[in-house]
Amino acid sequence: MAATKPLDVLTDPVANNNPIALQMLGICSALAVTSRMDTAVTMSICVILVVTGSNTVVSLIRSQIPSSIRIIVQMTIIASLVLIVDEILKAFAFTLAEQMTVYVSLIVTNCIVMGRAEGFAMKNDVKMSILDGLGNGIGYSAILLIVAAVRELFGSGNFFGIEILKKTADGGWYDPNGLMLLPPSAFFVIGLIIWGLRTWRPEQVEQE
Amino acid sequence: MSRDSIGHTLIVAVILCVACSLLVSGAAVGLKPRQMLNKERNSQKKILELTGLYDPEVPIAESFKSIETQVVNLDTGEYVSDIDPNAFDQRRAARDPALSESIPSGEDVAGIVRRENDSIVYLVNKSGKLDQIVMPVRGTGLWSTMYGYLALDHDGTTVRGITFYEHGETPGLGGEIDNSKWQASWIGKHIFDQGGELKINVIKGMVDTAKPNAEYEIDGISGATITANGVTNMIHYWMGPKGFGPYLHRLQEEGVVQ
Repeated sequence: MAATKPLDVLTDPVANNNPIALQMLGICSALAVTSRMDTAVTMSICVILVVTGSNTVVSLIRSQIPSSIRIIVQMTIIASLVLIVDEILKAFAFTLAEQMTVYVSLIVTNCIVMGRAEGFAMKNDVKMSILDGLGNGIGYSAILLIVAAVRELFGSGNFFGIEILKKTADGGWYDPNGLMLLPPSAFFVIGLIIWGLRTWRPEQVEQE
Repeated sequence: MSRDSIGHTLIVAVILCVACSLLVSGAAVGLKPRQMLNKERNSQKKILELTGLYDPEVPIAESFKSIETQVVNLDTGEYVSDIDPNAFDQRRAARDPALSESIPSGEDVAGIVRRENDSIVYLVNKSGKLDQIVMPVRGTGLWSTMYGYLALDHDGTTVRGITFYEHGETPGLGGEIDNSKWQASWIGKHIFDQGGELKINVIKGMVDTAKPNAEYEIDGISGATITANGVTNMIHYWMGPKGFGPYLHRLQEEGVVQ
């Protein structure tokens, strides 16, 4: 965890210390928005923006934040950023914003954002905090995109809405796996990713 | 002043709140025109989908040109010529005391408090003849006012489709009014019986198709009785004498609707 080199701060959360796969944070949104690639990409961009933004602001004013209200200060910053992101989405990507409905607002409760603000940005300088925010955002997005790719491909035979596996309903050979479109399937996919990751990096396995 | 003193804590809290609220309201106000345009496009898209004219290849504004837009006076049922339908803001009219009237509480089945004097209607013509009439409807559900469109066939009673473009009902329960399968179950149902009486109803449970009333009944939505009742009430209000009743009646007398 004690990464000090800037590059490590950026890359560590992607594979070594992934917020979803190792810290088990942000699972709820990973279930909700990963049945299609386009919503997963939008969610990823939103989370990267919010976590980087909140890390930056929290780190900038960290010496001013009174410890008694620090959590509320962080929440206010995060909630404001999320509201702004939501407004921007409604203005520039209306149909996507409609599909994502409550999940954009629910970034506020995404444990990753809060966790990075409290756990990293409160103690580190701005440059490191930006890198940490970016790194964690990318780490989250990587898992989200893998899960969404698997779910969309096997659940509806598509990738970004473009047909890859021709479905039996349209005279093709692929019978879509309806389970993949349901939220629980994201658990299975995340579980498989974690299994794979820990086989590759055995040091991630918790000690008995 | 130390970082943890009460004075400093208050100052930080106030500055932060003011700065954040300025940013958020700035974004909300600055992006409003674009969001309004998106909303308008969205409701036009809903109308196109409802009437079966939607083509993803063609820009929405382009497809929408084939639909005739009229403003109709709800009391007389006549078209109003001195209002530009494209500039008419029906939501604002419904709030404006000069352009709307308050509904006596006994008559307010849809729970909308005020009713505008004039309403937009969208007419779909096929080879020179009226094919569908799309009317905006709204009413209170469990939590929110539900805004939607009802498309009637040129016989003036058969439902061609229903859709909602804005509501705040519980996702998964009342929010199922957005479910395309449920909306499709409206198609072909009749609003009025032979004698012209309002019969359409969202019932509790499933419609028994063997029963004679089945043509006026819609499957209920489980867990959403109040929302479903709200939908029934709003259709009753808007198809009734205070809603589009006089308009439909006029079209019938003129032989446009038969």
